[in-house]
Amino acid sequence: MREMIISELTQAMQQFTRGFAHILPRIIVLVIVGFVGWVVAYFLRIVLRSVLRLIKFDKLSESAGASQLLSKAALPSATELLSRFVFWVAWLGFILLGISVLGVFGLQEQIAKFFLFLPRLFVALLTMFVGLLCAGFFSRAALLASVNANLPSPRLLSVSIRTIIIIFVLSLVFEEVGVGEQTMLVAFGIAFGAVMLGLAIAFGIGGKDLAQQFLETRFGRGGTADEGKEDELSPL
Amino acid sequence: MAEESSLTDDFLGQLISVGEVDLLVGVPTHNNSKTIGPIVETIQAGLLTFFPRERAAIINADGGSRDGTPGLVVSAAIGDVQRSSKMYALRTLHSISTQYASGPARGTALRTILAAAELLRAKACAVVSPESTQITTDSLAALLRPVYADTFDLVLPTYRRHRFDGVLLTNLLYPMTRALYGLRIREPYALEFAFSGRLGSQFLAQNAWQEEPARTGSEIQFTLAAIAGGYRICQTFLGTREHVERHSADLVPAMRQTVGALFSSLEPNFTLWNTKNGSEPIPTAGVEQEFTLEPLRINRKRLREMFSTGVAELESVFRAILAPSTLAELQQIAGLDEARFRYSAELWVKTVYEFAAAYHKSVISRDHIIQALAPLFRGRAFTFLMENRNGSAGNVENNVENLCLEFERMKPYLLEIWNGRE
Repeated sequence: MREMIISELTQAMQQFTRGFAHILPRIIVLVIVGFVGWVVAYFLRIVLRSVLRLIKFDKLSESAGASQLLSKAALPSATELLSRFVFWVAWLGFILLGISVLGVFGLQEQIAKFFLFLPRLFVALLTMFVGLLCAGFFSRAALLASVNANLPSPRLLSVSIRTIIIIFVLSLVFEEVGVGEQTMLVAFGIAFGAVMLGLAIAFGIGGKDLAQQFLETRFGRGGTADEGKEDELSPL
Repeated sequence: MAEESSLTDDFLGQLISVGEVDLLVGVPTHNNSKTIGPIVETIQAGLLTFFPRERAAIINADGGSRDGTPGLVVSAAIGDVQRSSKMYALRTLHSISTQYASGPARGTALRTILAAAELLRAKACAVVSPESTQITTDSLAALLRPVYADTFDLVLPTYRRHRFDGVLLTNLLYPMTRALYGLRIREPYALEFAFSGRLGSQFLAQNAWQEEPARTGSEIQFTLAAIAGGYRICQTFLGTREHVERHSADLVPAMRQTVGALFSSLEPNFTLWNTKNGSEPIPTAGVEQEFTLEPLRINRKRLREMFSTGVAELESVFRAILAPSTLAELQQIAGLDEARFRYSAELWVKTVYEFAAAYHKSVISRDHIIQALAPLFRGRAFTFLMENRNGSAGNVENNVENLCLEFERMKPYLLEIWNGRE
């Protein structure tokens, strides 16, 4: 009886040792891949940070309005954030590569999915950044044009344009990453339609007199088109 | 000669048939049928009267007129002028018209005239505005003679103007050009000027015609190119310049054409302007500048309101362009009532220099920087108007001179912020 127990234990021990001996090189590979990954990711982070500083990416993100959003959310600068993001994505990629060596059942598929998702995530982030840049540019252009044309509520116009562009960009981003595609499509349709309807009603009611004045002037019932003009200092 | 490609075959053919000329007068037009006839006749009479022995050509660069302007230029009969003035040319006077585009573009018009002048090997060339109804035969001679007879390379005009005409010139373009480049050029942005063939050829070859400032602000770029190239420049008095009624919408395009071009010239010419101190007068025929004082109805309230609205609404834009102290001062004066409002010369100069540095650093879109300056200029114009409301012509001149001195005094500030503070 005692001998049987010892034999079973020895067998179990041998099996465990064999299994451990079988998996140990893989764990060592995982650690090595993880370490190499960390070095590569760290190097990528340093290089990317330097390049972004060189091209004054923070200024670009400031003019896009992204910096303001980040500071409100108590996040670091756009350069730092992007560098960190690339570091973690690269390191995580290497770690997953190392884990795949372990040969755990079902993990391979998930890892493949993660790598397939990366390009989409990158495109989504790029879309988001370019979208914010466009929103900042066009809303500022609208603000300047309406101030110089002496239009009422220039900031409202500017914010409306910015909001519409951001809504549009967000819908593109969510569609790209595949999060609630249908919900986003419907939400975008409703939001965009509501904004347009609101603007149409606002312009219709607010611009009634202006439209009447324009039509009367244009078709000769209210005098000539020159009547509304006012003297201004001649610049040149 | 690379510029030949920008000219049409028909125009090239006409130029080749002319051969070489001594004098060339260019007239850029776009729907100017109301004024162009008398102007071309005056040019013809001027050439017949003062340059009867010289070979001359009138070149009309038209931006797609739909009112028959080119036809009026070409059909202006020299015979009529000869009969009325009893002067006869000893050489043929050619009039050629070409359409450079289907829409007006001042830069392309000037480029066409310069290319024609180079092909015809003109010794002296003048550009005459199609709206210059006050131009006389004497004015034309006053423009061409210093180039043709006295070896000047660029002749710029001075005028008798209403004191509130050309406020952008008196409050920004003249003082800033003077402070930076050290020459007292009253009209750095001129619509009537004359130049030598060598200056024209150099500008034609070197100017970046595809870039925005060159296309919209070619006239001021031309003046700055002459300064940078060390060419001989003089001014000549051309008489009264008629007051042109403007509207608020005209300001931003005017600023793009002039202030945008001036700001963009600062980068390539940095080594030229960073060492200059003070300013010198340039040779001037006739008076340097005269102001007339007749009453003019101007909406002052609107000027001040547009300034205050601009300061309030564009705060986020100004934060990217101006120093916090400058913005704070602007916000403080924006809240003052009409009687106490004053946009001082010092604050104005500081504002302009900070805008120039922001333009150089491209803190935001450069066009947006120019647009953002427009409401602030209105505030300065309001102060200029109030300061000179009851002043004599001498007082106006003194105020302009003081502003120029302020621009010169604060030039080190521009140098400090040019590469320094972010």
